[in-house]
Amino acid sequence: MLNANHLKKSFDGLGVLRDISLQVNEGEVVAIIGKSGSGKSTLLRCLNNLEQVDGGTIEIDGQALVKDGVYCPAREQRAICLKMGYVFQNFNLFPHMNVLRNLTEAQVCVLKRDKEKAAAYARELLKKVGLADREAAYPYQLSGGQQQRVAIARALALDPEILCFDEPTSALDPLLTQEVLGVIRALSKEKRTMIVVTHEMNFAREVADRVVFMEEGVIVAEGAPQEVFDSEKVKAFTGLGD
Amino acid sequence: MELFLQQMPIVINSLNVGFLQTLRLFFVTLLGAAPLGLVIAFGSMSKFKPLSIVTRVIVWIVRGSPLMIQLLIIYYFPGLVLHNPIWGGGESGRFLAASAAFIINYACYFSEIYRGGIQSVPVGQIEAGKVLGMTKGQIFWRIKLMQVVKAIVPPMSNEIITLVKDTSLARIIALQEIIWAGQAFMKGSQGISGAIWPMFFTGVYYLIFNGVLTLLLGWVEKKLNYYR
Repeated sequence: MLNANHLKKSFDGLGVLRDISLQVNEGEVVAIIGKSGSGKSTLLRCLNNLEQVDGGTIEIDGQALVKDGVYCPAREQRAICLKMGYVFQNFNLFPHMNVLRNLTEAQVCVLKRDKEKAAAYARELLKKVGLADREAAYPYQLSGGQQQRVAIARALALDPEILCFDEPTSALDPLLTQEVLGVIRALSKEKRTMIVVTHEMNFAREVADRVVFMEEGVIVAEGAPQEVFDSEKVKAFTGLGD
Repeated sequence: MELFLQQMPIVINSLNVGFLQTLRLFFVTLLGAAPLGLVIAFGSMSKFKPLSIVTRVIVWIVRGSPLMIQLLIIYYFPGLVLHNPIWGGGESGRFLAASAAFIINYACYFSEIYRGGIQSVPVGQIEAGKVLGMTKGQIFWRIKLMQVVKAIVPPMSNEIITLVKDTSLARIIALQEIIWAGQAFMKGSQGISGAIWPMFFTGVYYLIFNGVLTLLLGWVEKKLNYYR
């Protein structure tokens, strides 16, 4: 489903991604963990074309977004990236649109869906994230957890094949974190393909089919949660060493 | 008192004519400077360095020097120095020159407000549009624009109210706006001379017009408060 090979990326000469390769299969939930500054968020941003890599290949569903460091034309980039959904750490809902409009805007202007159909689909998704009664609210009227659930619904509205989360609960307090993790957990039960960059170790252990541990721009451990969390390096990171 | 009542209709008539010219200059400046300011804003934000540097230097000069001097230079320079009086003579020539000076001056102020407004939209908003597959144009029109408008309404209101009062500077090139009309009665006009009150009375016109504008702009600001 997603094939990334030999990705390289540096900011001002500092290597942030140093020869990263990552495969994600259909229906798989991959959790990426690691210290701040290990490059995990940059990796996710590169996969979603929010940053451009300096070298390497990214193929999504067999289509190359970038091949050996050369990007396809902008129009194709947008089409390929539509297969990816992205949920931000800070939600980034559109503050001037109500909840429903946040969900329908891209359906209508990007996918050219009929307005009525877009709204119906949006309502269905809001129900799924438990916010059916808040469609008329503006983002500032919602709690952080509610905003993040709307953001998840907004990403789902475009029917992405892979849903990506960039530290989706880092801006939330523990209680709100649980309601967001609950939604992600439910999605994983539907066998949705997901990549989750997270600091929530227990959550990664519980939901992920595969855990990727990054350090200084390289993947140092990768595999089933149990085996990754048991490796020495990861134990040192999670503080569960001794 | 009897004299005052005799003078009143004559003065009001004159002031009305002058105020019409004031209003004309105000609206022409607003209509010209609003779009020109946007062009200048994009120029100063351009990634093409020479363009952004030149634009910023122009903005610095225009904002850094008195509008009164700019008026004098724009009005007199072509005729007296270049011997090419491009503005033409009479009131229409003065109006053209004043409009040019005001539009350039206010466009520079507006451009800085626009630039601040555009740059105040968080990067995350643009990224959110991007991951939803929107084009640059869609991101500008559907996501950025409303947020920019909300951000610039308060500072623009300020500038607009300042503009109303600044139009009086056009008196320096003898544009027949309301101050000029009031002053005429000091020197002598239509059988009235040595009267200072018409000049003072012009202030009432500015106050009333700015009062109306304040209410209008306040209403716009309130309308935009439907979100935070």
